[in-house]
Amino acid sequence: MYTFGPAEWQAIDVTLRLCLYTTIILLLLATPLAWWLAKGRSRGRDVVQAIVSLPLVLPPTVLGFYLLVAMGPRGILGKTLEDLGFHHLAFSFEGILIASILYSMPFAVQPLTEAFSHLGRRPVEVASSLGAGAIDRFGTVIFPLTRSGFVVAATLTFAHTMGEFGVILMLGGSIPGETRVLSVLIYDHAEAMNYEAAHSLSLMLLIFAFVTLLVVYSFTRRFQVVRL
Amino acid sequence: MMLRIRAHLRYGGDFELKVDHEWPLEGVTGLFGRSGCGKTTLLRLIAGLERIRGAAVSFGDQQWQQGSKFVPLHRRRIGLVFQEHSLLPHLSVEDNLLYGYRRTPALLRRLHPPEVSAMLGIEDLFGRRIDQLSGGQRQRVSLGRALLISPQLLLLDEPMAALDTQTRREIMPFLGHMAAESGVPIIMVSHSPDEIERLADRIVFLQDGLIQRIETLHESLARPDSPLFDDAGAVSVLEGFLGEAGEDGVRPFGPSEARLWVPEAEQASGSRPTRILIRARDVSLSLVDPHHISIQNHLPVTIERIDPPTDSRCVVACRTADGQLVLAEVTSRAVSQLGLEAGKSLYMLIKSVALLE
Repeated sequence: MYTFGPAEWQAIDVTLRLCLYTTIILLLLATPLAWWLAKGRSRGRDVVQAIVSLPLVLPPTVLGFYLLVAMGPRGILGKTLEDLGFHHLAFSFEGILIASILYSMPFAVQPLTEAFSHLGRRPVEVASSLGAGAIDRFGTVIFPLTRSGFVVAATLTFAHTMGEFGVILMLGGSIPGETRVLSVLIYDHAEAMNYEAAHSLSLMLLIFAFVTLLVVYSFTRRFQVVRL
Repeated sequence: MMLRIRAHLRYGGDFELKVDHEWPLEGVTGLFGRSGCGKTTLLRLIAGLERIRGAAVSFGDQQWQQGSKFVPLHRRRIGLVFQEHSLLPHLSVEDNLLYGYRRTPALLRRLHPPEVSAMLGIEDLFGRRIDQLSGGQRQRVSLGRALLISPQLLLLDEPMAALDTQTRREIMPFLGHMAAESGVPIIMVSHSPDEIERLADRIVFLQDGLIQRIETLHESLARPDSPLFDDAGAVSVLEGFLGEAGEDGVRPFGPSEARLWVPEAEQASGSRPTRILIRARDVSLSLVDPHHISIQNHLPVTIERIDPPTDSRCVVACRTADGQLVLAEVTSRAVSQLGLEAGKSLYMLIKSVALLE
């Protein structure tokens, strides 16, 4: 049996940090966005929905390419940062974090939009009439009634970020401890004909993905039964 | 307390709501009209659930909406009860009841859990889960929850429309108690003349998005073209006190000069005024006071007005000795045979009275 060396542990560390930060930041961003998509009446909703869902259909290399252009030393974002005395974002952890957030956006926004639409307006109106302000309503009514949506959004975001490859390779390359995540390390191992190492990491990710999906499906089913 | 509303809303091509009215809120105001006439939209405007541009809403000296000023619902202190039960499914009955109570500043609390639960008969439900309640119980808990914020105004959106007849009959007395005992003005949306006649003191008639008329229940029942009569014909509602039941279980109602006898009224309290309903077609007129007849309720009355006949039947409006108006529906042939005319004194025979509790 192949045992993990320092390169593997480093990749696991980068991957877990990337997944965790992406999930936390995305839930914070996706909650208001999904609420607006579910409840808003503005005509701009279709456009925003389409933009959010783009990563579902776009080749990851396209997203990675444009991000590289924007975040590189001569890109709009990268150049502005450099002018302000910061480092540009290409080939950095912060860079692939931003890429992950964009790339996994639909996996956070869609379950939440679904959950908020399903909630309907009544419970929120009831809570308002009983004197609860916006934050109070979110904490005591909206969140408890849409918890399954949050669990699904968080799990899918985490798992999908772990499965990211193309965007990271385009934008981040394979810098140990910075941008070399598990999927990239597996690619490197396979390129170097180190099949045994690639195999044990691949198997680990396969099992992780399966268990995650199992949890998501059993959770959504159980929750629907409770809600009815 | 005056409620003042001004709003103009057009939606789609065919629906328009146009309101510029004010009326005093005391007791129960019925918001009456057919489905789709804008009742619920008007209620949502008052509640602040619908923010219609350019609308103005004020309640007493509080401006709830005016220009860019908009007080959100959670600061209006309005109790809301909807058609379908709207208890929060993740909370117990107790937590539902106390959700608003806990958020009401102690200084503003006038109604407290013990008296509210007694008023609505929900003392025994506190420990239950929502899904262990019947439809009627759920609606009573919703009413209790709304009352426990000690609201300045209670808005009921067809609170009984989703209940079966049996349950409706079970809830109705509680609504009556609540209106009388809580002292909170109520606006109740309804398309049922029966509910309006039982509960309302004042009626706002809404048709195709326009307020046609605002009048008291008695004013409305006194006019022959009242929309309340559209479905089931003319009715009269009398208010009075019930006396103690005799050995046969029949209870006297009203003052001695206009005494009626009401059967099957064990549960009704005698301490508050009670309403009874008399259908005009259950009333006959006689020039003499007949004895030897099974009908128990005879009242001396004076004819106030005879409405023009429709389908050869006339509604005759009569004034009782205690000044209440009772309508009788008779054929136009009877009117001419008996020589009925305004000012004539005669006897009214009432075949059946229904206690509205």
